[in-house]
Amino acid sequence: MTCEEARVLVHALIDGELDAGHARETETHVATCPHCAAQLRDFRVMRQSLAAPALHYRAPADLRLRIENALPTTRRVVAPAPSRRSLLQGMAMGSLLSGALAASLVLVVVRREEDQRIMGDVVSAHLRSLQGEHLIDVVSTDQHTVKPWFNGRLDVAPPVVDLTAQGFTLIGGRLDYIDGRPVGAVVYKRRAHVINLFVAQSSGSDEGASMEQMQGFNIWRWRHANLGFWAVSDINAEELQEFGDKLQTEISSS
Amino acid sequence: MPHLDDVYTLARYLLRNPADADDAVQECYLRAFRHFEGLRGESIKPWLMAILRNVCRAEFARRSGAASDSAEVAEDALPLWQEPENSPETSMLRQRDSETVRALVAALPEPFREAIVLRDIDDLSYREIADVVGVPIGTVMSRLARARTMLRQAWLRTEQQPELEERSH
Repeated sequence: MTCEEARVLVHALIDGELDAGHARETETHVATCPHCAAQLRDFRVMRQSLAAPALHYRAPADLRLRIENALPTTRRVVAPAPSRRSLLQGMAMGSLLSGALAASLVLVVVRREEDQRIMGDVVSAHLRSLQGEHLIDVVSTDQHTVKPWFNGRLDVAPPVVDLTAQGFTLIGGRLDYIDGRPVGAVVYKRRAHVINLFVAQSSGSDEGASMEQMQGFNIWRWRHANLGFWAVSDINAEELQEFGDKLQTEISSS
Repeated sequence: MPHLDDVYTLARYLLRNPADADDAVQECYLRAFRHFEGLRGESIKPWLMAILRNVCRAEFARRSGAASDSAEVAEDALPLWQEPENSPETSMLRQRDSETVRALVAALPEPFREAIVLRDIDDLSYREIADVVGVPIGTVMSRLARARTMLRQAWLRTEQQPELEERSH
């Protein structure tokens, strides 16, 4: 490593932003170069001084008040779970509602953790299904075979629609487990790619679809009529969204 | 109000004027509130910082015309390796009191001041800074390296003028 390189990388080293390999290389260089070593020591001293609480300003109380007063007055949204907007409103109300704020914060955090956990489950189930032995319980490209198969196996059978004409081939269905509960998985194929559509009971108001990424998979999810939908695949986000859109259209017209 | 102190801190260092900082922060939260639904999957702190930064840039645009003290230094005009030839082999730099450090940071030109504040004072990661400022991570790294090199030189200069410093105490 040259001094030129080291003089950029020492900063990333101080900041903990280097991967192990580069960190080692940078440390090795510094150990043999007194100029870079002196710089590194100086930058560390600087960083320590910069971390002093006195360098961080505290917003004046009257500014906080001014902002709270300028924000639109809280319109209580009657919803089972706080939306992010109501969370910000809660925060804007500040100390006045600190109890309520704390409660809503906990709700949101817990809810987000639950979301994350469920998505983790969804991705794990998708991965398991790709590992060969258990992709499909009922092999059929016929929705009229797959749909009744779920009946009796689940409290709520997932809607099964044929999207072959739209470029997504139904290849079957399977029982799976998400969040410790049995759920239906409807399996589609797009070229060589598998799309698992997980459908589970999920009470709450309808939620528009959104794209998430986890462990390199795309997840397109939404909630409709007390059913939660998670479409998981390694196809690109645009195609997965197209799948979700067509599926929703097909479901609502069937 | 989430991250109010962090946002306020950035405003103080960017605008270097308490009254302007107050206004910018207020505008920032009003905008944030209006566009809250647009926030998706990002964490809220860098998102707020990016809004504040836009507000501040608008303020700079308004001010420009008057000989501005906030003229940005062209990044390329400034070689990174401005180290004096006789760069010391032993560590020279001492911890300084916060007032001095604050003045040294405030004297840095943009965009280097912003980089230091986001990283060292508001504690954002490189990725977050890249998102806030809208530049690649590589640029964040080289900016920080330049910013800290400048700060170190200014710091060392103050140490070489102890008599000046003592008089001011």
